[in-house]
Formats: sequence, C-alpha cells, structure tokens
Amino acid sequence: MAEVAFEGVSKVYADGTRAVSEMALEVRDGEFVVLVGPSGCGKTTALRMVAGLEEISEGRLRIGERVVNHVPSRDRDIAMVFQSYALYPHLTVYDNIAFGLKLKKVAKDEIERRVERASRVLDLGGLLDRKPRALSGGQRQRVAMGRAIVREPQAFLMDEPLSNLDAKLRVQMRAEISRLQDDLGVTTLYVTHDQVEAMTMGDRVAVMRKGELQQVAPPQELYDRPVNLFVGGFIGSPAMNLLTARLEREGGWRAVLGDGVALTLDDEMVAARPGIAAYAGREVVLGIRPEDLEDAALADGAPEDRRLRGELRLRESLGSEVMAHVAVTARAAETGVERELGEHAGLNAIGGDGSGTAVLVGRLSPRTQAREGEQLELVVDTRALHIFDPQSGLGIYDANAGGAGT
Amino acid sequence: MAARIGAATRRAPLQILLAVVALLWLVPTIGLFLTSLMPPDLISAEGWWKIFSQPSLATFDNYRAVFDDQDLMTALWTTVQIAVGNTVLLVLVSAMAGYAFAWLPFPGRDPLFVVVIALLVVPLQTALIPIFSLYQTTGLFDTVLGLVLFHTAFGLPFGIFLMRNFFIGIPKDLLESARIDGASELTIFFRLVLPLGLPAIASLAIFQFLWTWNDLLVALTFGRETQPITVAVFTQLRQFGGNIELIAPASFISLAIPLAVFFAFQRYFAQGLLAGSVK
Repeated sequence: MAEVAFEGVSKVYADGTRAVSEMALEVRDGEFVVLVGPSGCGKTTALRMVAGLEEISEGRLRIGERVVNHVPSRDRDIAMVFQSYALYPHLTVYDNIAFGLKLKKVAKDEIERRVERASRVLDLGGLLDRKPRALSGGQRQRVAMGRAIVREPQAFLMDEPLSNLDAKLRVQMRAEISRLQDDLGVTTLYVTHDQVEAMTMGDRVAVMRKGELQQVAPPQELYDRPVNLFVGGFIGSPAMNLLTARLEREGGWRAVLGDGVALTLDDEMVAARPGIAAYAGREVVLGIRPEDLEDAALADGAPEDRRLRGELRLRESLGSEVMAHVAVTARAAETGVERELGEHAGLNAIGGDGSGTAVLVGRLSPRTQAREGEQLELVVDTRALHIFDPQSGLGIYDANAGGAGT
Repeated sequence: MAARIGAATRRAPLQILLAVVALLWLVPTIGLFLTSLMPPDLISAEGWWKIFSQPSLATFDNYRAVFDDQDLMTALWTTVQIAVGNTVLLVLVSAMAGYAFAWLPFPGRDPLFVVVIALLVVPLQTALIPIFSLYQTTGLFDTVLGLVLFHTAFGLPFGIFLMRNFFIGIPKDLLESARIDGASELTIFFRLVLPLGLPAIASLAIFQFLWTWNDLLVALTFGRETQPITVAVFTQLRQFGGNIELIAPASFISLAIPLAVFFAFQRYFAQGLLAGSVK
C-alpha cells in the first residue's frame, strides 16, 4: 500500500485543451479520497492518468516512492473498478477474479485461497461457476470489486462504480465499499459525479471544476466552509441559494437584499470572518442553505430582522420535509457559476425572473401549513450564512481578503 | 388446442411452398449422389431416376474405385492442405492485423486501413499473370505453398476488414481492465480478443475454407503436378469425356467435406452474421 501523489499534473490534448490543470493532490496511505465534479471537469481523466490509461502531459505522478509517469499500466500495481465493470464475458466469475493473479504467475493454491476469501467477503460464494451474463447488476459489481481486492494492490481506483445500479442497491453498495476499504486499508481514489457518494464515502473530498482542483477537505468542512461559490453551490442538495446583497455596517452588520429587505448578520458569524471588514458597503454573494430556512409560523420568537417574505410558488412534500420554492424580493446572484451549477443539478436552485424577485428553496418542517400561491414568511438562520466575493467567487473568511482559511 | 391447429393450417401453404423450393434446389445434388451410385454401364443408358424403380441397382463400387484411384486421393489431400493451410494462415494474420487496426495506435493507421479496404475491389484475375511470372522466378510455381500464399493474400483485405470491425465493437474498458490486471498486448490478444472474436473468426474461416476448397481457376493457373480435387475432376472430364462413374462420386466427396465443415460450425456462422447488430 502506498500514497498516490499528483505533483502539478496536467493533461493537455493535441488541440490545446487542458483537461486537467496543474493538479496537486496527495492521497495518503490508506486514505479514501473522492474526486467529485460535474461531467467534463476532468476527474475521470485524472483517475485514468493514475491508471496509466492516459499519458501525463506535465508534472509528476507518484505511487509510493516511485514516479510512474512512464510506467505502463500493468506494472503500476494498482487495481481499477470500471463504471461498466468490464468483466470478461467469456470467463466464469472465478476466472474473472483470478485473471490478474494468473497473469502474475501466483501459485495456484494461493490464487484459490485469495479468490475464496474475496468471494466470502463479497458474498459471491455460489456464483463462482457462472458467467457474467448470468449475474444481476449488483452481483457484477461485486465481481468487479473482487477482481480488485484479490490483487492486493498499492491502490484502488474506482470510476463511478455505482452509477449503473438502481438507487436502493447503490445505497447498499456505498456502505459496503466504505466498510471494505476500511477493513482492507487500501489507498483509494474514487471518482463520482454524485455528491452524496462523495460526502458519505470519502475521508476527504476533492472538488474539481474545468480541470482545476477547487478544494480538498473532509466532507463536513467542505460543506461548512466552501472555498468558493462553485464548491458552495455544488455541494449540498438542493443547492445553496445564492443572492446578491450589499453589506452594511451600522453598529451590527446587515445584508441588504432589496428595497426594505435586509437580514441582520449574526455576530459570531461575522467574528469568525475577519475578512468581512473590507466589504462594508460593497456587494457580495450571499449563500443560504435550504435547511437554514424555516417557516416563521413554526419558529416562535425568531428575531424580526432575520426574516424574508414571499409567495410560495411550489411546495414539494417529501414526507420527512417540505421543499418550498419561495419568490422573495431580492436579486439572484449572476456570476456565471450558478448557471454552470444549475445545468449540473438540473433544478432551479437559483432562479429569478429578473424583476427584483428571486426564488429561494427552503427545506421546511413537514408541519408547515403553507399553501401554494399564499404568502409565506421564512426565518433565516443567519449563523450559517455563506458570503462570497462577487468578482473572484472566493469565500470571505480571513482578513487577507477572500482566503479560504483552511 | 384448436387454436394451435388453426395456426398450423394457416402456416401450412407457406411451409409446403418452402419445402418444394428446397427440394428443387436439392435436385442436382441428389441427382449427382444417385448417379454416383449407379453401375457405369447403366449411367450412359438410363437417367439417375432409374434408381427409384430399381433400388437394388445401387452400389458403392464407384466409391471404391475412387478411393483406389491414387491420383484422385492425392488431389483430395492436396485440396485439404491448400484449404486448411490458407484458412489457418488467413485467420491468424487477419485477426492480428484487425486487432492492430482496431486498438493499437500507430502512425498512419487509418490511411493504411483505407488502403486495405480499397484492395477489396481488386479482382483476383488481374493478378494471375503477374503472380504467375513471380512464382516462376521464385520457385513457388506448382507448389502447395504458392497456392496457400495466393489465397491468403487475396483473402486478407476482407479478413482484416471483418476482424477489425468486429474487434472495434469490443468494449474499450475490457482491454483497459486487462492491461491494469497486468496483461501484455499479446496476452490480451490471445486470452481476450481471440475468444471474444470467435463468431467473427468462425465466419471468416468458413467463408475462406469453402471458397478455396472449391477453387478451380487459381489452382489451374499455378499448378501443373500440384492438382487439387477440382482440377483432377476437371481433367477427367476433358480426357475421357464420359468418365462419369469416376467424376460423380469424386464430385460428391468434394462437395460433402465442406458441407460437413459448414454444419459443424454453422452455429458460430449464424452468430457471426449477426455480430454487432444486437447488443
């Protein structure tokens, strides 16, 4: 087992496209790192460079002590699980799992021992004589995992291994892969576009956008302190609401959203962000997570200066919660990033109609009595607000204007 | 039950029609077979249908004569050598070239493939005379090897085309997975690509085997002493005119072997024709 390190690694295609740009990331020995980002962000390319399936244009890639830029795949001592599973259709499950070991001329009884153990761990016992076509999707996925496990490699690479499974199975395999990785302690680099997988599985999550690494952090930190607008908007579902606001300092801090609409900022939140001082009287992008909104009727005693009013446009009841789409007097942020995110999420997370109202999505308690078409008052938990610089898109945290602070 | 009978009677006219067509199609073959069973003196006097009224006439004496005929047996063996030899060589070369054209990046790959495709339109007859003089000078004239090489060469454009197009349908993930599992290109070819390409390989092998087994023109051009069965039967026809008691059984043997090969592999053959059409 070993660490996998990207040292300024880039992938430049012949036409000059930079699929991956100067990526610097170290996956520590035994760590589970998830690469996540919208499609086309370069995450799969990065993974394929580790696998040796793509040439590395610039920089160095290290597995353990060895720089592997020019080492062919078969000598890198890594195992990969493909999205399509890539099982050999003409071989039985046993032979599929044993394929790599046979090529390495591992002794026959050792192969048997390892396949037997893997099939026990993955619950493949009765299937070893079957061909892949006689297996269900979940079973195929397990065989693909088994093939990786028996190799006992330096690192696991996984390219969206769960995306071909149905939702229920995906949840189950998610837990299983996490547990397996924990037990085996193998360094793992996992690529997905599904942020739920990223958040639940990774020791650390690396968010990519257009070939560039945005932030690498443990899941909760990524959620609480997104380094920029992109990360803030990408992580979380439904996505963070992004509004344009002007910060004003009159004793305490206020964020002015529109005519007569303002939110008083929480003192602790401001104190935790010394960088905010430079933004007095300036416009910023205000990020409000859906769960930080609540129906005012259910939140007695919430301060008057932390409320927003608007028409309930759409009410989506999920049983455990209600997604409320509320049009409030405010301006939706327009920095380009949210359009990119909107396309990815496929939902109208940050919507506006340009006439001074913006549609916020709130995750309300199912006890809310609000009906579509009626006016609804929302309470904003201002302790959890996110503030970003509208030009650079960076989160405002430390005094050195817009630093990530992580 | 009644419904099934109804359905069967509705299909019956079509099935009878098909049976009649199939029977008509088989008449020459049946005629040839029955002729080969008739005593020599009867063949010239009566038609082969005579045997229906006098089944006792049927005899395998003609076959015995063919098997005793050293020339014909040598010719049959020559045919086997040519057909099997060139089929094996063609399949091996086509599969390797097809794999390279499909999956190995090398400079000039795609233009080269276009050239190979273009060679499909070259009729083999145009090459007879130049190759003839080439064989004269290289000593390949009148040898089995010469015939094997000629057939292989003219089978290659189609063979490579077929193999490449089949192999390109193999999911890329499979090859990449094998590479990561530690396989070299040669291992991938023999342990992954060849087994997966079996339907296409079987189709190509059957096509080529039938084609070269029945070849007369090429063998006639490049052989004098080296005679395959087609040429041997042909010379019998010319020399003795009515030497039918030898020609009929020899022709039938010559026909039966590729037929047996076809039925042995027809399962793959049918699959091969559907290759890639259904995923």
